[in-house]
Amino acid sequence: MDFYVDAASRAPIYRQLAEQIRAAIARGRLRANARLPSVRELSRRLVINPNTVARVYTELERDGLLVTRPGLGVFVASPGSDLTKKARRERLVALLDGFFTEAVLLGFTADEVQDLVRDRSAQFQWQAPA
Amino acid sequence: MSDSPADDALDNVIVTEHLSKAYGPKWVVRDLNLRVPRGCVYGFLGRNGAGKSTTIKMLLGMARPDAGQALLLGEDVVALTPATRARIAYMAEGHPLYGWMSIGQIVRFTRSFYDQWDQPLVDQILDHFELSKHQKCGRLSRGQQAQVSLALAVAPDPELLILDDPTLGLDTVVRREFLEALIQLIQSRGRTILFSSHVLGDVERVASRIGVMVDGVLRVDCPTETFRESVRKVVAEFDDEPPEFPGCEGLVSWRRMGVQLELVVVNWSPTQQAVLESLEPRWIDAVELNLEDAFIEYTRGSRRSVPLFARETRRVDGAVVERTA
Repeated sequence: MDFYVDAASRAPIYRQLAEQIRAAIARGRLRANARLPSVRELSRRLVINPNTVARVYTELERDGLLVTRPGLGVFVASPGSDLTKKARRERLVALLDGFFTEAVLLGFTADEVQDLVRDRSAQFQWQAPA
Repeated sequence: MSDSPADDALDNVIVTEHLSKAYGPKWVVRDLNLRVPRGCVYGFLGRNGAGKSTTIKMLLGMARPDAGQALLLGEDVVALTPATRARIAYMAEGHPLYGWMSIGQIVRFTRSFYDQWDQPLVDQILDHFELSKHQKCGRLSRGQQAQVSLALAVAPDPELLILDDPTLGLDTVVRREFLEALIQLIQSRGRTILFSSHVLGDVERVASRIGVMVDGVLRVDCPTETFRESVRKVVAEFDDEPPEFPGCEGLVSWRRMGVQLELVVVNWSPTQQAVLESLEPRWIDAVELNLEDAFIEYTRGSRRSVPLFARETRRVDGAVVERTA
């Protein structure tokens, strides 16, 4: 699993990394019980302060996406747990709110947006969850 | 503030109290009160001539303060005991090495100052960069000199490492390799690093706290992220020529750009937004900045640089540093 950070980005480094891990988990690229690189490994790979990595792991653990197994490492939490379902829902809701805001700024009405969503959804390749 | 400097040293590896230096009539460093806690990676920033190098020279006892004092590991810098000196390593600007010495000679020379010395580590670094002990320092490229300098700085496994613009003149690849070496260093708990740099992208990656010097005065001293989050560039567009900006709290600078007003503000909030809205712009956009842009906006403006100080209470728990504030 390849992570990257862009020091020149407007998004702070910790946020970039947290986003990537969240997205990877949500999309199944990082499967349940997969082991993440250790804080040391990842900070070395990305050339960033290990505290930043530790902070991201702590935050994601608090949100129920990761779990630390003492002596073993940091792992992706099992998907069945309520916390991960809740976290996934929250993520999608955040994206939806952003989408609605943009639609309003672009001058669309609620009805127009609903029609658009329905049309695109019909064309989209919905997959069964992993 | 009544804490004596010696008390602070328990938690703070570098302490300065009203540290000042003048060259002739000009105060190059003015009333500097710096606290660098143990384990911190402190990015020391400022434009050329802002006083960073002079500060570092004073910390290393290479320049005498005209006022105030500086303590490293609890001891006054003008009277460091050899035992304490052996716990501190530094890389001076331009990484000067005695040109006439061979690498082997300078390693032996430097080693003689320290009780602890990781020679296998030095050998490993030299080997990695394909440097032979017989090569003369004067014949090395800039990048090679930097690598030798860094090897010499880390070999004594120092508690405190002070680096004065260590990547100056290095090409992109060597600069990245240097940063990688620094990361490995940081991973050792309890080690404190203070470094000055102009490469803000690098600072953003590794520094946990930053300090910004402006005209000899420390204007910013806070966690890296706090600075980023606090400095905003706000753009407001008008139908016509924008009015003069009446000013607001935390204003660093402002200017007119065609039909737009550009403000640089510290701690942008609804109060300040109200001031801008009272001028009736068509729209307002407050933009987040990366560290480099935040630094540029903060230091390029004229007169008023708004001070930004934030203490963090630290609880060291493994590699995690919890931040409050």
